[in-house]
Amino acid sequence: MCGIAGIIQSDRQPVSQAELQAMIETLNHRGPDASGIAPLGPVGFAHSRLSIVDLAGGLQPMQSEDGMLTLTFNGEIYNHIELRALLSSKGYQFRTHSDTEVILHMYAEYGPECVQQFNGQWAFAIHDKRQQQVFLSRDRMGIRPLVYTQTPGRFIFASEVKALFSLPDVERKVDLTALNQLFTFWSPLPPRTFFEGVFELPPAHSMIVKNGQLKIWQYWNLDYSPNEENRTLDDWADELRALLIDATQLRLRADVPVGAYLSGGLDSSVTAAIIRNFTNAPLNTFSVNFNDKEYDESQFQQEMIRELGTDHQTVCCSYEDIGRIFPQVIQHTEKPVLRTAPAPMYLLSRLVKENQFKVVMTGEGADEVLGGYDIFKETKIRRFWSRQPESKIRPLLLKRLYPYMKNLQAQSPAYLKAFFKIREDEINSPFFSHLPRWDLTSKLKTFFSDDVKQELVNQDPLADFSDQLPERFSKWPSFCQAQYLESVNLMPGYILSSQGDRMAMGNSIEGRFPFLDYRVVEFASRIPVRYKMNGLNEKFLLKYAMRDLIPESIRKRPKQPYRAPDAHSFIDTDKQKARFEYVEQLLSPEKLKDNGLFQPKAVQRLVKKIEQGRAIGTRDNMALVGVLSTQLLVEQMIQGQPVSAENKRTESAALQT
Amino acid sequence: MSSIQSIQSDVRDFVADNFLFGEDPESLNNDDSFLETGIIDSTGVLELVAFIEDKYSVEVDDDELVPENLDSIDRLINFIESKLKELA
Repeated sequence: MCGIAGIIQSDRQPVSQAELQAMIETLNHRGPDASGIAPLGPVGFAHSRLSIVDLAGGLQPMQSEDGMLTLTFNGEIYNHIELRALLSSKGYQFRTHSDTEVILHMYAEYGPECVQQFNGQWAFAIHDKRQQQVFLSRDRMGIRPLVYTQTPGRFIFASEVKALFSLPDVERKVDLTALNQLFTFWSPLPPRTFFEGVFELPPAHSMIVKNGQLKIWQYWNLDYSPNEENRTLDDWADELRALLIDATQLRLRADVPVGAYLSGGLDSSVTAAIIRNFTNAPLNTFSVNFNDKEYDESQFQQEMIRELGTDHQTVCCSYEDIGRIFPQVIQHTEKPVLRTAPAPMYLLSRLVKENQFKVVMTGEGADEVLGGYDIFKETKIRRFWSRQPESKIRPLLLKRLYPYMKNLQAQSPAYLKAFFKIREDEINSPFFSHLPRWDLTSKLKTFFSDDVKQELVNQDPLADFSDQLPERFSKWPSFCQAQYLESVNLMPGYILSSQGDRMAMGNSIEGRFPFLDYRVVEFASRIPVRYKMNGLNEKFLLKYAMRDLIPESIRKRPKQPYRAPDAHSFIDTDKQKARFEYVEQLLSPEKLKDNGLFQPKAVQRLVKKIEQGRAIGTRDNMALVGVLSTQLLVEQMIQGQPVSAENKRTESAALQT
Repeated sequence: MSSIQSIQSDVRDFVADNFLFGEDPESLNNDDSFLETGIIDSTGVLELVAFIEDKYSVEVDDDELVPENLDSIDRLINFIESKLKELA
């Protein structure tokens, strides 16, 4: 895994080496093993390398032998061995054993369409001297990041925004539309990022930059149309199992040892069990625990560790740990977050690094692809209920849905019914499944300053999203519509980025995701809905297909979403004050007023409520994390001021330990 | 015993500080439904109950946890008054 950056001058001026150097230095965490730059006249590429495949031969940027093609590449092409054989049969000669060289030759042979044959995770740029163009591409699911911006004289791209901001001509401003979208969907809609004028190449898209013009197109898309009905359960299960085993084996192709995350849930148990049973790789597993038992899953982790006999390491997280690491976390996410859940993932990847690993397998993606999330169940129940709106029994199913939500369990049937009441206009909305979540999140906009509210008054984030839906969307089953929304929005925009790539790469760790192998994804989109969610039994086919490998206690345990303590990590309710000075500063009326995004009075009310221990709900917790992370971003990335939890105010930290 | 006026201002202050945040408290009418205006979620109901129990030293039964008792400033005032009368 690596960091990439590049500059394309539309004014034909030569690219400055010093600027390439400055850009790539900001990405050192992504690739600490080596770095290189390739100034090619009006085009320049840079690369920082984390060596995983062909440790000796994979140096980048890499040039073809005739000097016509130059590549800077972040990611892995897992089927590089098969593609190499294909290319050899066509007469291509190879100088290295790396997948990097395979990309170069694949482009030479097939042009931009070469990515159709890649199985992997990638973000790369190829300078094509003959065509006088640069070709950029990003993997199907959006695992690897790629951002870009344009100034009057040039096009600039990189793995992360901080590399763009190392150049003096790139403006640093908050994109208020993105802020509005983020406080609705948890992530801006691609290609928007949190920063005005900075865009991402969306997942499954490629791009050509030529003569200062951009051509962007989608080369792959999700399609749930052919829900095949004529196969038996065992038939489906056998194919899923074979595919997952193959996807896992492919992802163990590395010249360094590969570890695995183990959360205690089904998905990471499946990946770990496949490694144990179908490969010869040693199995080292890693997990995160919490002091606060509400979030802790160690009991289930222990069970899988015993079952698989793995060599296991854990990192335990306290409130203080999360609050202390948070400024660094936000420096890596480069967008606000509404939950602290990325922070423990950052501490976990640090543990992996301390144990000398560079690569981890994770179960990420299984919930989106195979139908695991509570939101899918909730959708099913709400649909069922909407057919008998007066039913007093049907809404009670919602209680069964969230056994871990104490506040919900305490509700009377009358209130339960009121909270989940389905409005007439919701029933036909394409966003039926997600409206409760988005409505709840949108409530946080009450904290926006009057100026921001005024600016956004005519915007409609849902209409923006609606414009991006493919035409065939309306033909899909309701369940698949919910899956699609989750797979194109929250997964790349938050799970794989803020909580995934950024947290892993922050400690130079590469994540690998067998459930996001495109063959698994395409296969899963054809599985009949009843095999994904059987009654209210989520990921039914996965459990069935793996039943001999996963203990019953893991298969039958109620699903617990991964969460971490939020407001408590920043504010100590015993002492009724902030745990860290940076929290106090960034939430002070002066700082809030300076940055102009949030209403000081509203934030003060919230902080007071939290200090007094009265903020027990999701909304208040999300509000605090959202406001604080936005303030951190403005401070760190726009004002360029470093923020650290280590500044003074260590008395509380010292007392804690 | 608290007067209606003081109950009203206590309740309004509580709602403003805990649920309205950035909204103008004046914009909330005494008969606006908390559910329909969306200012309260499932946690908010429990927060309201905790407030009533702490502030007025009364106990709220499970079967009293219904919108009829809790869903607007007016309803809250009536409910609190009736609870206080029970005590008296």
